[in-house]
Amino acid sequence: MNRAAWEHFPHEADVGVRGFGATPAEAFEQAALALTAVVTHTEIKAVIPIQVSCEAPDLELLFVDWLNAVIYEMAIRKMLFGRFAVTIEGTRLKGRLWGECVDVTRHAPACEPKGATYTALKVGQDAEGQWSAGCVVDV
Amino acid sequence: MDTNRFTRVDDTTWRIEPRGAMRVPAIIYADEKLIRDMDDKVHEQATNVATLPGIVQASYVMPDAHWGYGFPIGGVAAFDSDKGGIVSAGGVGFDISCGVRTMLTGLKVSDVVPLQRSLADSLYCQIPAGVGSRGAITLDAIDMDAMLVGGAAWAVEQGWGEARDLERIEENGKMAGARPDYVSERAKERQRREMGTLGSGNHYLEVQTVAEIFDEKAAEVFGLTIDDVVVTIHCGSRGLGHQIGTEFLKEMAVAAKASGIDLLDRELACAPINSEVGQRYLGAMRAAINCALANREILGHYTRRVFAHFFPKCDLALLFDVSHNTCKVERHAVDGRQRELFVHRKGATRAFGPGHPSLPDALRAVGQPVLIGGSMGTGSYILVGEATAESKAFASACHGAGRALSRHAALKQWSGRKVVDELAERGILIKSPSLRGVAEEAPGAYKDVSAVVAAAEKAGLARRVARLRPLICIKG
Repeated sequence: MNRAAWEHFPHEADVGVRGFGATPAEAFEQAALALTAVVTHTEIKAVIPIQVSCEAPDLELLFVDWLNAVIYEMAIRKMLFGRFAVTIEGTRLKGRLWGECVDVTRHAPACEPKGATYTALKVGQDAEGQWSAGCVVDV
Repeated sequence: MDTNRFTRVDDTTWRIEPRGAMRVPAIIYADEKLIRDMDDKVHEQATNVATLPGIVQASYVMPDAHWGYGFPIGGVAAFDSDKGGIVSAGGVGFDISCGVRTMLTGLKVSDVVPLQRSLADSLYCQIPAGVGSRGAITLDAIDMDAMLVGGAAWAVEQGWGEARDLERIEENGKMAGARPDYVSERAKERQRREMGTLGSGNHYLEVQTVAEIFDEKAAEVFGLTIDDVVVTIHCGSRGLGHQIGTEFLKEMAVAAKASGIDLLDRELACAPINSEVGQRYLGAMRAAINCALANREILGHYTRRVFAHFFPKCDLALLFDVSHNTCKVERHAVDGRQRELFVHRKGATRAFGPGHPSLPDALRAVGQPVLIGGSMGTGSYILVGEATAESKAFASACHGAGRALSRHAALKQWSGRKVVDELAERGILIKSPSLRGVAEEAPGAYKDVSAVVAAAEKAGLARRVARLRPLICIKG
């Protein structure tokens, strides 16, 4: 049975993020939620919409580009995102993010993602057809 | 790691003989316990680095090493451009020129303790730290390019620092060869409002006191006596460096393949030094070094302002500012011949010994200060570069304690509140926007910094001068 979910996995210096879903796009969305949870466990108000797009030769590189696009928007807008919608067509990804500006008191951000890495990078489908997408994020 | 996987050369030198695609051996400097506690990934990553084209002498690993990206954190590798050598974005890392500076205050611990809480509150208010914090400086396109070329010297020109600091900063505060035109607009956009911010994760500003002196002569030259108060700042090139690292990692993964370089790990992403991509990375990376130098100079300026408020007569003098995520062109003796090499230090500190021409007059006789950040509970060390480090690891030493546990594991084991309260009982005030962040950085999540520096000393990389005990720690 497919289920949308995310998890963190350990890395000695940093942290791994992994999303699960019925499609690669859903797994990417879930992994982005895991990225937000690296920063805060507080619920994010999904009020301000942002759009991003990326392109890469394969799904794994596209996944790293996607997380880096989210990290970039977090950094320049000083925002956190609580809802994601991804569509993937071939080598292109379009993403919509909804979030709010960082409120240091309420969000109590634990750390700042610097970039998504190729370490423990894997996008794939298990025997039951469930997709997963994960990698280590440098914080 | 299983010690049987190494040839043991002496108490602190462990060698992996070249095999398969390795062009040179890998050499780890550590005592037996540190080696046993190291992740197997360090072995794998040190071995992978040894396969890269143009590597000279060996792939070196410092005593604080842990699992990194492509290169181990604590890795040192030098490449010769005339022998097909490469430059690697993975070998420098995301936080380009992340480093440490220590400033002397001229105050004693007895001067600071009565004002400790007010000083901590004021520093926490004045130093922008953590996600969502905002710097007071916004750079337009012209200022951005001037900063990327001028580094700390630019900050001084703007009034955010002091000219006397520059000789106490690597490269005299200004890295030559920086090319702002090779830095993407996205990287510049990420930095526009980030100057003078501390960042988060393991970055910090600490007020510390000298708790122990190991080498009286070097301590005197460094201006350190027991119970002196110093300020140490650990941070890097902020969003600009992160973005340059992200972009070139992707580009170099493709460039390596195009140059016929077989990467055992995508994070080893690299390009020949004598290639268009390689030169473009070097220009952008050097601009990021200047960004980090300027940022630490500005943070030093803010610190001076806060101290001047509490202690009007106090004068903060920079002991030294040294980076530990860089690729620098240096001349080193290899088989009795001086060669120009591109030395990557990823979580490793340059450690020039006595007499090195790049050191300021006041320090040249004893050697370069090597600043080692510990964790917030255990304290930090100031070491001095040893002449023997030149032949051991291209004049390099460790950079910190190194993590022993993942953030994930730390979070399961400690509560941030408890860590803050326990440290307060020991006279250490922690100021952070996030108790979870404090738990992830709990002292117990790091290796024993004393064991790391003792191993560095025994291996002949750098010698202990002083141990610092924290009084105040501002964490992002």
